[in-house]
Amino acid sequence: MQTFDIASQGLRALNSTLHALKDRPTNQTEWEILNPKGAHAIAVGVDAPLDITVRGSTGYYCGGMNKQATIRVQGSAGPGVAENMMSGSVIIDGDASQYAGATGRGGLLVIKGNASSRCGISMKGIDIVVHGNIGHMSAFMAQTGNLVVLGSAGDALGDSLYEARLFVRGSVKSLGADCIEKPMRPEHLDLLADLLARSEASEKARPEEFRRYGSARKLYNFNIDNASAY
Amino acid sequence: MSDLPASKFPHTPPRQSWTFSQAVNAEIRRAAETGIYDIRGAGAKRRLPHFDDLLFLGASISRYPLEGYREKCETKVVLGGRFAKHPITLDIPITIAGMSFGSLSGPAKEGLGRGASLAGTSTTTGDGGMTEEERGHSTKLVYQYLPSRYGMNPDDLRRADAIELVVGQGAKPGGGGMLLGQKISDRVAAMRSLPKGIDQRSACRHPDWTGPDDMEIKILEIREITDWEKPIYVKIGGARPYYDTALAVKAGADVVVLDGMQGGTAATQEVFIENVGQPILACIPQAVKALQDLGMHRTVQLIVSGGIRTGADVAKALALGADAVSIGTAALVAMGDNDPALEAEYNKLGTTAGAYDDWHEGQDPAGITTQDPELAARFDPINAGRRLRNYLKVLTLEAQTIARACGKSHVHNLEPEDLVALTVEAAAMAGVPLAGTNWIPGKTGF
Repeated sequence: MQTFDIASQGLRALNSTLHALKDRPTNQTEWEILNPKGAHAIAVGVDAPLDITVRGSTGYYCGGMNKQATIRVQGSAGPGVAENMMSGSVIIDGDASQYAGATGRGGLLVIKGNASSRCGISMKGIDIVVHGNIGHMSAFMAQTGNLVVLGSAGDALGDSLYEARLFVRGSVKSLGADCIEKPMRPEHLDLLADLLARSEASEKARPEEFRRYGSARKLYNFNIDNASAY
Repeated sequence: MSDLPASKFPHTPPRQSWTFSQAVNAEIRRAAETGIYDIRGAGAKRRLPHFDDLLFLGASISRYPLEGYREKCETKVVLGGRFAKHPITLDIPITIAGMSFGSLSGPAKEGLGRGASLAGTSTTTGDGGMTEEERGHSTKLVYQYLPSRYGMNPDDLRRADAIELVVGQGAKPGGGGMLLGQKISDRVAAMRSLPKGIDQRSACRHPDWTGPDDMEIKILEIREITDWEKPIYVKIGGARPYYDTALAVKAGADVVVLDGMQGGTAATQEVFIENVGQPILACIPQAVKALQDLGMHRTVQLIVSGGIRTGADVAKALALGADAVSIGTAALVAMGDNDPALEAEYNKLGTTAGAYDDWHEGQDPAGITTQDPELAARFDPINAGRRLRNYLKVLTLEAQTIARACGKSHVHNLEPEDLVALTVEAAAMAGVPLAGTNWIPGKTGF
């Protein structure tokens, strides 16, 4: 296990050290990061199959644009955690602030606690599993990928949704424009079972307990008769 | 009383209303018939105070000129030296503005890259991500970081030469965009992670930050991802140029890109283009003042755009304090957009050469603003690149000609004292005296 102390070595040295492992065979695959103390941009732009544990809470954009790495935060995460993630996984033991997984294009984001507003905004292929609840305007303009919520969702879920699939186990305060409930088919149950297993949630919930939401596809091409929906 | 019979009275000729002109009435009828607002490309078409309203004084007894064709007048510009490990050096103070693949065809993006590279300057991606045509043919490529984040990925961030965080655009400060379904080919759809044929909305604000304090953290993240190597530009529309420039500097920008309302768009509501934002002439002095007040003029570079057409425009923008300019519409015209040689085809589309602005419909006879393979195939990127190179060269030569006449050995030595204004409005906006007077409205007494 490699240990990196942000308090003494600094953020720039951390990201620079992790970036240096890109395309380079290494035995230094396990890393722990000490004293994050809410610092922003921790472990951003990593592109190597590393196992990184952050011992504490992080500020904005932890794990941003991650490729390949598994990043676990033993605390809570600030806004935009795992934004634009490409692959790999980010696991938050605590809660996540706004915009968790924003624009993510791949990989898996797991939030063991709750996520705030706009979780999965503009997601583009990422899978997000939230063990707790999510805030308002989550999955706004979500394009593709899967958002799984074991708890409940706030107002305007999936507003202006494209092809992303949303699964919520608890209540949904309201659905956003063009977002509707859709029937759960066998392939969705299989997908959920897989996502729950990969996100350490199999023992908390069963696929049959979820309801599925998706796009009504009525706003896909501009039509003046839909103007009141905006 | 007239002795003439009533039938012989002189007629009052029919009088058209200025307020309800024929064009206005036509738009009312169009709106009444369709129930939808007009969408079009390009920038503001209304008459605005512009660089045409400024003149250079040239040399005189107290200012002596440099010899044309003999004495050097430098044009090099270094961008991004504030924080970036690898600033960009341009041979000329003219860059190519961001225009998306999706809005433009792949060959058109290649043409822009070829022309810019031959001229020793940079080109810029747009919404929709980085294409191989453009990266492959651009020696210096600026990668836009836009609210939609279509195609955004860390590999392209790292292979860019600079990154431009787009907050606003002159044609539509505060507005997003819409790429209509007819331009969404398989390739465009795949790059944007969306289905083919649907209208693709580009968001008006970023999904994961709000306000200047967040923007500072976002810039930190991008710098960390790219190991502080790349210059980071912040692009703003001509809304509140003094404060937006100051906030961009505070957030850590290396370069501020300022786009006035004459700057083009691929597709926006006509009412938005013509009624929101300020002309570039009014914006430049405000942005320069913000940089000067912060002690950052020439440390943070200022690139301005929106209605640059000639070397005189370039020289005037630089004299007002900009470090470089960007061109978009003019670059498309140089490559063949709106060419009268295509008049018959423009007529079929219900328009005429010079006025064609339905770029969003994808039927461009010049093969530029289209994703139709047959139309795009008409466009020759090699010839277009050559034409763009020639045009950029002429702009540079013209700016140098004026700079030498003002006695400047570098185009950056041009200054507001070299200028006068032809109108009170332009004098007030540009902060230079009305011609024949010492009067700068708002600054000095008449």
